[in-house]
Amino acid sequence: MTLEIPRNHPPGNEASTVVVAGTTHHPQAWKWYHYFTFNVDHKVIGIQYLVTAFLFYLIGGLMAVAMRAELATPDADLLEPNLYNAFMTNHGTIMIFFWIVPSAIGGFGNFLVPLMVGARDMAFPKLNAIAFWLNPPAGLLLLASFFFGGGSQSGWTAYPPLSLVTAPTAQTLWVLAIVLVGTSSILGSLNFVITILFMKVPSMKWDQVPLFCWAILATSVLALVSTPVLAAGLILLLFDLHFGTSFFKPDAGGNVVLYQHLFWFYSHPAVYLMILPIFGIMSEVIPVHARKPIFGYKAIAYSSLAICLVGLFVWVHHMFTSGTPGWMRMFFTISTLIVAVPTGVKIFGWVATLWGGKIRFTSAMLFAVGLLMMFVLGGIGGVTLGTAPFDVHVHDTYYVVGHFHYVLFGGSVFGIYAGIYHWFPKITGRMMNETLGRIHFILTFIGTNLTFLPMHELGLQGMPRRVAMYDPQFTSINEICTIGAYVLGISVIPFTINILWSWVAGKKAGDNPWNAMTLEWTTSSPPLIENWEVLPVVTHGPYDYGVHNAEVQTATVTEASA
Amino acid sequence: MQQIPVSLLTLVAGVVITLFSLWVGQHHSLLPEQASQQAPLVDGFFNIMVTIATALFVVVEGTILIFLWKFRHRQGDDTDGAPVEGNLPLEVFWTAIPTIIVIVLGIYSVDVYGRMGGLDTHNHAPSHVAQMPGTALAATWNDASGMEMAAPVNEPEIGIGAASDRPQKPADLAVDVTGMQFAWIFNYPDSGVMSSELHVPVGADVQLNLAATDVIHSLWVPQFRLKQDAIPGIPTKLRFVATKVGNYPIVCTELCGGYHGSMRSQVVVHTPAEFESWLAENRIAQQELKQAVAVNPAELSTSDFLAPYTQKMGIESIVHSH
Repeated sequence: MTLEIPRNHPPGNEASTVVVAGTTHHPQAWKWYHYFTFNVDHKVIGIQYLVTAFLFYLIGGLMAVAMRAELATPDADLLEPNLYNAFMTNHGTIMIFFWIVPSAIGGFGNFLVPLMVGARDMAFPKLNAIAFWLNPPAGLLLLASFFFGGGSQSGWTAYPPLSLVTAPTAQTLWVLAIVLVGTSSILGSLNFVITILFMKVPSMKWDQVPLFCWAILATSVLALVSTPVLAAGLILLLFDLHFGTSFFKPDAGGNVVLYQHLFWFYSHPAVYLMILPIFGIMSEVIPVHARKPIFGYKAIAYSSLAICLVGLFVWVHHMFTSGTPGWMRMFFTISTLIVAVPTGVKIFGWVATLWGGKIRFTSAMLFAVGLLMMFVLGGIGGVTLGTAPFDVHVHDTYYVVGHFHYVLFGGSVFGIYAGIYHWFPKITGRMMNETLGRIHFILTFIGTNLTFLPMHELGLQGMPRRVAMYDPQFTSINEICTIGAYVLGISVIPFTINILWSWVAGKKAGDNPWNAMTLEWTTSSPPLIENWEVLPVVTHGPYDYGVHNAEVQTATVTEASA
Repeated sequence: MQQIPVSLLTLVAGVVITLFSLWVGQHHSLLPEQASQQAPLVDGFFNIMVTIATALFVVVEGTILIFLWKFRHRQGDDTDGAPVEGNLPLEVFWTAIPTIIVIVLGIYSVDVYGRMGGLDTHNHAPSHVAQMPGTALAATWNDASGMEMAAPVNEPEIGIGAASDRPQKPADLAVDVTGMQFAWIFNYPDSGVMSSELHVPVGADVQLNLAATDVIHSLWVPQFRLKQDAIPGIPTKLRFVATKVGNYPIVCTELCGGYHGSMRSQVVVHTPAEFESWLAENRIAQQELKQAVAVNPAELSTSDFLAPYTQKMGIESIVHSH
């Protein structure tokens, strides 16, 4: 085969031509070692993201279990307090920047977007590979920080002046790691925007683009707008640490609240970076396993864009007790409350999708429904936190910890699990074990509620967050949370066994085990290197379940790939 | 037996859920006791949110569970569900209802926040000298650390100010509060008393002027429902009226280092007479202490110099953490 493979793309899309760097022979399928190389195939990159992120999830999870073990008693008797703070800081950092964001956007986004829109690869394959390969060195920098000053200890927020006076070497490594993954995120987002806007197969109309792609589009725009601001804030911090500037040094005329604005201008939208792709996964998984068209396609697509827009104007709700004047606290109370509306629209849309369905309780569907149930509580807690008068009481307490774990663990992580159970057959060509999947779900569901529900009460009663030692009156509730965390720790075991065993010896999946209608199911499992022999022609919507009830299901699928 | 119409069942369910939510909103007892004038305002607002939240939670979770059961896949049925792709009136309805709820909550929270004093931008604290009077401690700190200490240069505009029923009135008592790793220092500028605990008379309008020497701290009294960061370089304030005699915890809620969790103190709410005698006692005691220190403070290290004070004031955390 030749180095360059011509495609039947419309004119002007030459950028999508895949160049396989460094190979003269175009392989028929990737060998195992290709997954450890600078490979430009979007599917390889997607898997690289997912596997790397999962390893970091295990590391961050172990830190969480260690912290909960410490918090089983009121005194600091297990971890040295500075090490506790290092675990607390790096647990948050890893879970956000090295697990949820790279797996949801980098992993699923890369694997699925080209397949879903009928493209042979991302718009800029090499840029894509570069974006991934920024992650491993960033992760190594973060892990190395534990050997240089015991890890950064100023929280994932790294507020100065604390971040300027505590473990400066480790803090520097932390800043560099975040700037690297931020760069990766910007490069990846650019790629997604171009791919979705310009590379969908011509026969796909805009209202036939799968909702996951709409979600990734909204996410990417958000990342492109907000990530540079975080990078700016962190680079100023780096200058204060090493080059004698005083942007954030109050004794030399600096302003510490300025950092908080720069930080939250990115980091609140980062919450949507972590949940919008998951919302996309929900919109794919629920219709397939409920055998129903998605309820309100346009409402769900537009609400992603609405969350993306409004989400840029809510950041000060993290600063209601900081150096912010009253009018600002009021303005951001109202903008924050408004974000609840498009989020509610999505939730109601998914619930309505269940109505009249024929719901199959597969592991993927269990996690999707579990997410739905927990996101309701997380969202309601979020509305209460968005109001300044109440937030003044619970800000920086365990109420906040409980809330954001409902949204990010009960939300994002459940969504990632749902996505893995749903697309594992496509990614590997083999089915996952449903029994192990159910055990995994039950343990995770119980563990999540046991760990994070009591935290709300802790915060309301008076326990601050980010503490290694606390008032003994809170001991019994903390014990419950710790037991819950152990259950969550154990829940990962059946999942890991399931992944490893199914990858090697799972039942063969076939092209379309769920009888799903989006384009990724029209190719083989795992997909060919160039995704399709002949690009598919879109003849029906992505969620037309029941529309063609008269026809045999498989006929429509064949039609699509013909 | 004749079947009960669905609309009747829905109506009954609606009434039951409404009554249940109202009951939960008033009886949840999730919050600690109320000890400030602001606490009932915050709690009243929270109770309304709990009522709405309970109703929403029961309706949405209940709907999900009912749907999961009712529309479960049955063995041998390989057809798809009904191809319902949307319903505009329904979508308008469930967009409008949350919009109305959040707008009402937004307006109400502005009202509550105003009544708490959050929208007051003026400083009404009784005027006092910006230097802490008569304390050698402050001077030494200034020399040793080069950091601006305690009493703010500018009067604070950020934070919770005068409650809306006391507009333009100065506070009855001003206390300068300094946060440092890992303790709070409370200065009574009008009487020259310094303490590691906050003592206030019940019913008095108290204004705390917050500052921090090293990193950001945050002062929280859960029973008061009030919190404000103490920020290096930016003066802030927290004004309240304690309504109940007793001891309540003061908690630092902004991560400030390894021993952040041990940065705890308490606020002692006295009767006015008790407060006066506490003030008088400490004025005398601290003057004696000052006379007893005959060494040149500039020759001592900060911790050596602080040792007698920290012992006297019972600041455990500093001593233990180093």
